[in-house]
Amino acid sequence: MSVVALAPAPRSGGASWAKGLGRLMRRPTARLGLAIVVAFLALTVLAGVLAPHSPFDQDLENTLSPPSLAHLFGTDQYGRDILSRVMYGSRTALLAILVADGFALVLGGACGLVAGFYGGWLDSAIMRLADVLLAFPYLLLALIIVAALGPSLLNSMIAIGIVYTPQYARLLRGQVLAVRETDYVLAARALGVGRPRIMLRHVLPNSFTPILVMATLQAGSVVVETAGLSFLGLGAQPPSPDWGAVLADGQTYFLSAWWIATFPGLAIFLVVLGFNLVGDALRDHFDPHRRMVK
Amino acid sequence: MTASAAAQPLLEVRNLRKWFDVRLGGLSLSTGHVRAVEDVSFAVAAGEVLGLVGESGSGKTTVGRVILRLIEPTGGQILFKGKDIRPLGERALKAFRRQAQPIFQDPFASLNPRMHVEEILAEPLVVHRLARSRAERRERVAELLRMVGLAPEHMQRYPHEFSGGQRQRIGIARALAVKPELIVADEPVSALDVSIQAQVVNLLRELRKRLGLTLLFIAHDLAVVEYISDRIVVMYLGRVMEVGPARALCRAPKHPYTEALLSAVPVPDPDRKGKRIVLQGDIPSPINPPSGCVFRTRCQYAIADCAKTVPALREVEPGRFKACIRDDVL
Repeated sequence: MSVVALAPAPRSGGASWAKGLGRLMRRPTARLGLAIVVAFLALTVLAGVLAPHSPFDQDLENTLSPPSLAHLFGTDQYGRDILSRVMYGSRTALLAILVADGFALVLGGACGLVAGFYGGWLDSAIMRLADVLLAFPYLLLALIIVAALGPSLLNSMIAIGIVYTPQYARLLRGQVLAVRETDYVLAARALGVGRPRIMLRHVLPNSFTPILVMATLQAGSVVVETAGLSFLGLGAQPPSPDWGAVLADGQTYFLSAWWIATFPGLAIFLVVLGFNLVGDALRDHFDPHRRMVK
Repeated sequence: MTASAAAQPLLEVRNLRKWFDVRLGGLSLSTGHVRAVEDVSFAVAAGEVLGLVGESGSGKTTVGRVILRLIEPTGGQILFKGKDIRPLGERALKAFRRQAQPIFQDPFASLNPRMHVEEILAEPLVVHRLARSRAERRERVAELLRMVGLAPEHMQRYPHEFSGGQRQRIGIARALAVKPELIVADEPVSALDVSIQAQVVNLLRELRKRLGLTLLFIAHDLAVVEYISDRIVVMYLGRVMEVGPARALCRAPKHPYTEALLSAVPVPDPDRKGKRIVLQGDIPSPINPPSGCVFRTRCQYAIADCAKTVPALREVEPGRFKACIRDDVL
């Protein structure tokens, strides 16, 4: 038809997205969070290089020694270096995030997507099951699951994953319910696009962002909860250097050797803080009300 | 009623009815029905542009969606090339979808924001296996973009990088991708700036002429509908009020509701002293529509008899139909 083809505004999509994220990271709190998360991830990789001692080596002449130049964070009742144990503990924490948070994200996401998209009895069944799981206090439910599976690090992570699954299912389902009514989904139906393809190509990509934000926010909680299970002796088994397990060691000596429990506690605190700050920043970034202004 | 006695109409709707259940909370007890579409019949001849007009809540969008089987009707028949599309199974439905396509109102909501233009336009080709290779698909996408006046170089861009009018062109290109015979355009220009509206309406006219499309053009703006349509169907509260050739219907409406709608069309003439009929109150609730003629509560000519029976759509002049018992006023 018309000879003059209309050109869109000269703006590239990928770049503007990156620019938006860059602007987001200019906030000091977001930067602090990102710095903590990056440091944490670096630590998991470099623990073997940075740790001054092996986390397992016992030094029975130097048990319960307070922080000093030789042992910056002190030693525990077997003379193990707390700094090294905290450093290696970051690996367990990362594993917990990947396994537990990942498990909840994938399983909860899949359930929420299918429930929201297909609706009907399938939706009712999945969501009532989620309600049942949500009715239990988190740690209690995790305890029950670990008790059933048997105490081990992996089982404790799976337990935490199951505990968090319903939240992801609920959140994604809500998103899917909104997205499946949009005109572009209607257009896809009118074009004869099959239901699975509509679900995966149209609905999922447009409802995924909030659960990514949630996964970031939950990463910190997952670390706390798995540490909690280890603290109770249901997660990481001795002598593995898990923050929760080290914390549990320190409990007995807390009045005489405060450093054993304090440093893993601080590590947990920092990681939770870091992920929460990053998660908050991401949430603000993807908030539709803020996007409207843009 | 039959539009063209000679040839079979491409699309014919007979006694179409769509009721939506009104439910209370999560209980599945139905407490009533929204009578969105009630006893609607009309036909669209091949190559014709039929305008469907009515204010918000008149059921015109529902008619469009039911025709495309995006919503299931409660009753009535939808004949496409003489065959009822209601009982179609999955396979036959997919074949039907290749022949009838929608264009949506809101160009900001009708394109998947996570797919770039090439993906959006290639999807129908993939789903219906209309291209043998990736290169052929890309060539066809470029052709579609040129057809609607967009540059093929921009096929890697995302919808948010285009203006409203350009997005609507992408929506039109998507509808054309499967080479349909019937297009149901649901308020395709009402979300656009007035200056852009003319461009898009002209594009639709041009495409219709060039591709021999049949168009069901749904809108609330009678001026736009008169410009593009051959015939017009006027709806109010789910029912057809008047049917007639576009020009004749707009010059001399036969139904009081059409008259009121027409008087609301702005005329670019400050000296115009025509009477303006301002409808009082809101459109009544379709859950509990008025008895008899649904328009009587806002009609300036209403008499006691209007409440008694639902007026049937009857031919008052050749090709002109109205659902009103009063012949003495218009």
